[in-house]
Amino acid sequence: MSTEVKKSNSLLKAALLKIVSEKVSLIALIIVAIYFGTALLTSLNLVASTWNTSIGASYLAPGADALFGTDIFGRSVATRVIKATETAVAIGVVVSIIAIVIGTTLGMLAGYFGGIIDEIIVWFYTTFSSIPSIMLLVAIAFILGKGTTTVFLSLGLTSWVGLCRIVRAEVMKHKEREYIAAANAIGATHSRKLIKHILPNISHLLIINFTQTFDSAVKAEVVLSFLGLGVVGRPSWGTMIDDSKLELARGVWWQLAAATLAMFVIVLAFNILGDALRDALDPKLKGK
Amino acid sequence: MNLYAYILRRLLYVIPVLLGVCLVIFVLFNLVAPDPAFILLGKHATHQQIAELHHELGMDKPFIAQYFDTVKTAFTFDFGYSWASKQNIWQMIKAGAGPSLSVTGPLFVISNIFAISLALLVAFYRGKLIDKFVLVLSIAGMSIPSLAVVLFGQWFFAYKLGLFEISGYENGFPNFIPYVILPVILYVFISFGGDTRFYRTVILDEAYQDYVRTARSKGLSELKVMFKHVLKNSMIPILTQIIIQIPYLILGLIFAESFFSIPGLGAMTINAINNSDFPVIKAMTILSAVAFILFGVITDVLYTVVDPRMKLK
Repeated sequence: MSTEVKKSNSLLKAALLKIVSEKVSLIALIIVAIYFGTALLTSLNLVASTWNTSIGASYLAPGADALFGTDIFGRSVATRVIKATETAVAIGVVVSIIAIVIGTTLGMLAGYFGGIIDEIIVWFYTTFSSIPSIMLLVAIAFILGKGTTTVFLSLGLTSWVGLCRIVRAEVMKHKEREYIAAANAIGATHSRKLIKHILPNISHLLIINFTQTFDSAVKAEVVLSFLGLGVVGRPSWGTMIDDSKLELARGVWWQLAAATLAMFVIVLAFNILGDALRDALDPKLKGK
Repeated sequence: MNLYAYILRRLLYVIPVLLGVCLVIFVLFNLVAPDPAFILLGKHATHQQIAELHHELGMDKPFIAQYFDTVKTAFTFDFGYSWASKQNIWQMIKAGAGPSLSVTGPLFVISNIFAISLALLVAFYRGKLIDKFVLVLSIAGMSIPSLAVVLFGQWFFAYKLGLFEISGYENGFPNFIPYVILPVILYVFISFGGDTRFYRTVILDEAYQDYVRTARSKGLSELKVMFKHVLKNSMIPILTQIIIQIPYLILGLIFAESFFSIPGLGAMTINAINNSDFPVIKAMTILSAVAFILFGVITDVLYTVVDPRMKLK
């Protein structure tokens, strides 16, 4: 036995190392990074800034002039798909943040304080999850009116229950642990115990949840677009897929193919990354 | 707490949840939603017309009375009339339930049998090539947006290849069969990834338990271990997952029904959304929530009855 004390890596660092060391999850991580990078570049107008200009005839088939053909107004489908990355990443990130903030706050309060606060929060999320999310989504989107904010809010407000449940159960366990008793002994306040002590110990749940919520938000955007409640004023994969319902009969398949492919790749990458993160961060769930 | 007390408590919990659901619906539709007068009467309505409409819709009542009207509909299913078609909504729901079930029923049966069999197969060969292959396929399947599957499937298999009816519907068995085959196939494809993955996890959960090792070490064949022990014990989460899907059966399939012109409840909901038909949207929201709550209770109660290890809280 060596007497030297090895400095142990933090859980997050260890998880990151594990992801990078495996080929599949490393590729997934790189793909996600490319999408986020693309989104950043398009939002700065450095890439795909010509998404709204016509480059040729309407419904030009894929070829040398346009890699993925053109849409009804003769705009390049490929450029629009790239520009739409910005929309998708924005939706995934903003929706996840809304869901994580609501879910974590309520879950921590319920799990930590228990009693009547717990009863009320459990009642609240049971109520919320009793309404099928598609109906709730429609109702909220309908009432807020069309627009990008609606997409963010309606998806965010319908995505927090799962995390809230998990956080509540986890905090219930943690508040009985010795380190909280120790914090108690030195007179830590409730908010200090919750934010400084418990939150870092459950943060891996938030990271795992982020990958799941990102995925489902990007996919749900298609549903909202189909319902006519999607993003307006800029291209999104959802609206492109939805638009293609009228074009397919005329043999225009490229818009559907390009948008679906772009979406498939990032959703798949996030799926794989989520699994890898869960394996690395939550050893109890390993191999499932 | 004994079993009966738990079941009673669980049943009684339906009341606050149902009241809560009605509260959410009431807040969304009666407080936050835009004034229906704008939708029904247009911009140029007179004050008197608006007042009359408000009276007709019960909107001049105090909020608490309007809330109780919402609660009442959750029990009576008296949803009033559609703004768009002026039909009785309950009659519309009854008419749409049949066509919806003719798609969702077969889908429910086929997709579950398919996913469970596949999950058993890959759990049996866990870690082997076929397991990895199915896992990759499942994750890939889960990553394709379902709207794209429906659009592509209809265009390719029905329109291009002419293998199926493009759209349409005929009432009555067996007339509807040709119209529902393709939607069912497409939705089996859409749901197989998530389902297979879930069932595989559930089965593998059991496969690593101590009693399985015992069964194996006393010399039982792998096949017998799988079916007599593992499957039997993973039946509880499997059944739960199956029961929890039932409310979706009556909700219908939003994409498939509107693209294949199946006059079910999914198509009805879409029409209502496109026409700003508040009462129909509200009715479908209440109806599906009631179904969710009921089947949630059924699942919980079954869970406790079937599994004595279940801790009662």
